[in-house]
Amino acid sequence: MTFLLSMPAWLQKLYDDFKLNFIDKDRYNYIFKGLGITLEVTFFAVLLGIALGMVIAIIRTTHDKNISDMSMGPAKVIIKILNLIAKLYLTVIRGTPVVVQLMISYFIIFASSNNKVMIAVLAFGINSGAYVAEIIRSGIMSIDNGQFEAGRSLGFNYVQTMILIIMPQAFKNILPALANEFIVLIKETSVSGYVGLQELTKGGDIIRSQTYSAFMPLIAVALIYLVIVIFFSKLITLLERRLRNNER
Amino acid sequence: MNGNSDVLISVRNLKKYYNKGEIRALDGISADIHKGEVVVIIGPSGSGKSTFLRSLNLLERPTDGQILFEGEDITDSSVNINKLRMKMGMVFQHFNLFPHLSVLDNMTLAPRKLLKMNKADAESKAMELLRKVALEDRAKAFPAQLSGGQKQRIAIVRALCMSPDVLLFDEPTSALDPEMVGEVLDVMKDLANEGMTMVVVTHEMGFAKEVATRVIFMDDGVMIEEATPDQIFDNPQSDRLKTFLAKVL
Ligand SMILES: Nc1ncnc2c1ncn2[C@@H]1O[C@H](COP(=O)(O)OP(=O)(O)O)[C@@H](O)[C@H]1O
Ligand SMILES: [Mg+2]
Repeated sequence: MTFLLSMPAWLQKLYDDFKLNFIDKDRYNYIFKGLGITLEVTFFAVLLGIALGMVIAIIRTTHDKNISDMSMGPAKVIIKILNLIAKLYLTVIRGTPVVVQLMISYFIIFASSNNKVMIAVLAFGINSGAYVAEIIRSGIMSIDNGQFEAGRSLGFNYVQTMILIIMPQAFKNILPALANEFIVLIKETSVSGYVGLQELTKGGDIIRSQTYSAFMPLIAVALIYLVIVIFFSKLITLLERRLRNNER
Repeated sequence: MNGNSDVLISVRNLKKYYNKGEIRALDGISADIHKGEVVVIIGPSGSGKSTFLRSLNLLERPTDGQILFEGEDITDSSVNINKLRMKMGMVFQHFNLFPHLSVLDNMTLAPRKLLKMNKADAESKAMELLRKVALEDRAKAFPAQLSGGQKQRIAIVRALCMSPDVLLFDEPTSALDPEMVGEVLDVMKDLANEGMTMVVVTHEMGFAKEVATRVIFMDDGVMIEEATPDQIFDNPQSDRLKTFLAKVL
């Protein structure tokens, strides 16, 4: 104990602060459980976003590539309607703040449900889908039209050409951008406290409100985000290098 | 021309307009292509050669007119164009090999997915064709590792893997360095000698003279002259063809 007694005053204060915020009453749980929820929501929202983005991107490019060649008929009407819906979705989602979308989901659309994780996954996934759709669309558009014509001239139909020839090439081009969407989302989910979801940020904030000490919990939260983001950024850089090396 | 059993493709009054008729890429073309023929299409740039060729497999949708392929009007909207395209191979100026697939996979993708050939059969057929163009050692290579001439030879055998009834070529040697033109033309000559029906848009007048059974001269979206290579090159009738030949020969 002589060691502790001889600690400088600032270190002693830091230690007390740490103990108060994280150790007393097992408050570290707010951080760990919060981190778990943040990762869970982000992971499933990214999956939903990619699935949704893929559908929207295919609708939009199918419309843009084919509409001028299509004769009037039910197929053309369906594509036009789907394209209109896709455009509306993109406009609304990208034209409003994600916090507002989250609150509308929680307080209006899913007012009867109290499954906050599911609602957050849906809200962030639907939001992310709009951005992923444009990433995938640009990936498809970046593929030379000759690829498309080569596929069609062999006898593949539109969908087969998309899946077998265009998508694999487009996907390779946009993989880094898709991975980046994970980084964007992990930070965006920090607003989930608005609907009372106890993810990482909210966890830190709860500690702050209990201990009346802001420094420790908020800096800890910030550091955790930072480490995760740096880790994934490094991963993306590696991925990009791998993809470039694979280009033979 | 009706009922003639050796007519493979019959084009009737084909029109293709762009910008609501402002641009008339094809302005009423009629032609028959018989089995085993090598029809070479020549003409100045912008005369509609590509548009004509690409209409034959409906990569361009005609504004008007008919295209009968093996007796069936393929411009009819009830026709399954994908089925017909399997029988019409196409070779492009810029090769359009699939860069994410190896040479072998480029060649076997369509036979396996569309003809439901099993992997072994598709690959042995592909290898056989690769041997024919002396590229069997490149089977595992990726397109980016090939020279232009090699790419185009692969593109040709990729089309052949579907056992098409006709091959359409749109300036197959125009994107090649001069020293590689010969190797591609040689493959095309071999095909012609084997009796493959071919429609070839090209600026290679030597190939037209030597290999073509018939030459079509196009200008401004219409067919100006259509005759044997000897007649076209040694005895041109129209001023337009004379002017054109004076420039290219
Ligand atoms: N998609 C298009 N939109 C508008 N005009 C086009 C299009 N494709 C071709 N054209 C025009 O049609 C004419 C014929 O073109 P093309 O068939 O490519 O000629 P060629 O192959 O003989 O050089 C040209 O005037 C060209 O500008
Ligand atoms: Mg052309």
